[in-house]
Amino acid sequence: MEFGPHLILAMLEGLVQASVLTLTALGLSLVFGVMRVVNVAHGEFFMLGAVSAYAITDWLAGSAAVGFLVALIIAPLLVAVLAVVCDRMILRRLDYDPERTIVATIGILYVLQQVTLMTYGPDAHPVAPPFNQRLAIPWFEFTDTGLEFYFPWGLSTTSYKLFVIAAACVAGLGIWVLMARSKLGLILRATQLDRETAQAFGIPVERVYAFVFGLGAAIAALGAVLVVPIQQAHYLMGSDPLLLSFIVVIIGGLGSLRGTVVAAILIGMSNGVISVFFTPTLAKILATLLVAFVLVYRPAGLFGTKVA
Amino acid sequence: MSLHLALIALLFALHFILPDYHHGNLARVMVLAVYAMAYNVMFGYTGLLSLGHAMFFCAGMYGMGLSMRLYEISAGPAFLIGLSVSVIFSLLIGLLALRTIGVAFMIVTLMFSQAIFLTILYFNPITRGDEGFVIPQAARQIAGIDLSDSGNRYFAALILFSICLLAVLKLVRAPTGRVLIAIRENEERAKMLGYDIWAHKLGAVVMSGTMAGAAGAAYGLLFGTVGASFAEVPFSILPLLYVLLGGPGTVIGPFVGTLFMFYLRDLSSALTDAHMLVAGVVLILLTIYARRGIMGLIREKWLKWLP
Repeated sequence: MEFGPHLILAMLEGLVQASVLTLTALGLSLVFGVMRVVNVAHGEFFMLGAVSAYAITDWLAGSAAVGFLVALIIAPLLVAVLAVVCDRMILRRLDYDPERTIVATIGILYVLQQVTLMTYGPDAHPVAPPFNQRLAIPWFEFTDTGLEFYFPWGLSTTSYKLFVIAAACVAGLGIWVLMARSKLGLILRATQLDRETAQAFGIPVERVYAFVFGLGAAIAALGAVLVVPIQQAHYLMGSDPLLLSFIVVIIGGLGSLRGTVVAAILIGMSNGVISVFFTPTLAKILATLLVAFVLVYRPAGLFGTKVA
Repeated sequence: MSLHLALIALLFALHFILPDYHHGNLARVMVLAVYAMAYNVMFGYTGLLSLGHAMFFCAGMYGMGLSMRLYEISAGPAFLIGLSVSVIFSLLIGLLALRTIGVAFMIVTLMFSQAIFLTILYFNPITRGDEGFVIPQAARQIAGIDLSDSGNRYFAALILFSICLLAVLKLVRAPTGRVLIAIRENEERAKMLGYDIWAHKLGAVVMSGTMAGAAGAAYGLLFGTVGASFAEVPFSILPLLYVLLGGPGTVIGPFVGTLFMFYLRDLSSALTDAHMLVAGVVLILLTIYARRGIMGLIREKWLKWLP
């Protein structure tokens, strides 16, 4: 394949990655922004979303589309319930102290991972996509007769991948409407700005925290359900999204949702493009060092205003 | 002071009593306890929570291991090379990471450590990546003493452990140590009192990093393996777990925590292979019910003077 079509393909793959990453990182960012909690177990909520999507589609094996649709609704709900339980039983007892919650969520990570290993097993399982037409993409060339379109071999995508991108856009838009245009969003933003004043104005802060923790986990799980037809469900699949979401949230500015979206698209795309041209390990080394240095020299991130 | 000397004497006496299996375990626990004590200097006394201590452990381990593997340097000088690598490396990391505080500091250390882990994987032909490499038994001796022999290994671990234990004890009794505790308790106030916060924090990072590096180099030398699994995130969490369990900000807490966790894992793995589940549950329970760990609890209830 020539350079042009190759780059288009890399960018398309990058866009799919970026969409899922945007959702995962938005969940992490929301939890950090409102609750000031660094949730190290976020990647495990992502993993549980994928694993329960497999369980649901396996159970409703009759039709791939119906099973997937059910999973798309049920899996995030299940994960949200689990997250709320974690919040009530553990985080609330720690008074949301930043350092102790990090240690506690590391504990939650271990528990979730081990329990999944013991029940779901060490194997990766695929989930059938609800639809999967191959779509060829045309490319152009200047010849003697003028501009000519043709379909280069290998330059294609699937309808499902386009659906992932669209679904992520819809979900992202939904979160924006929720945060910026609804009464609930107003309450969330008030809690984020000043917990004590919000409480003084009669906002049930503890219930808001439980809701946000559940919502953050559900968004990650939604991203995971969208990605399992492309990438298989596995009990260790949570660590990469966790690390990448961290990177995105920090580069975007801790607690800034707009920054998170911009950084997710930037990093998802460049990750896709870099890993086509460099080895994945080198790409990851560069990415982690980049994050470290961004934080060292700009502790508030690119769009952040407040120092954490 | 006498309590700590008694602990060392007890460990010395145990050498003659313990059956082989526990004898070997205890040597390992002592080396890991040095790693935990190093962590305690930063976290327990200075209040700097690092999530990437494995990189310091590996600076010592790979500094020692690679100089033996690539340049065939003998064990003694190789250990010193490992130590110097840790000093330089922790100074460098300290200079960069200490520009941040709180959550950002945790994430910066996590990221640097992850970068080190990935770098070890990337240079697979030299480091043998995940698989790691073995330091041949013939090379593992200092001044004619064979460190792979279980008795010598025990004493080498005990010597390293004693040096570090007494060094930490001396540090926290000295004015410098007091300043570190002041920084942990209230950084602004310590600054107002005129102490150089930056220099003290950097000193704590370098001391902690060097001690962790010593533990890494000793681990490679005594047990003969060098591998990338010592650079992974869980290995950075381990000393945090040990220190939290034993009691942050106590001198023998890290040893108690390491011993407890090692045997908890050992005994639970006889019943079930879900030792991660056990570790996770213990971590959660600890953060909820015992903020100050085993030795912290003892200090609060009975021994107010415990350093």
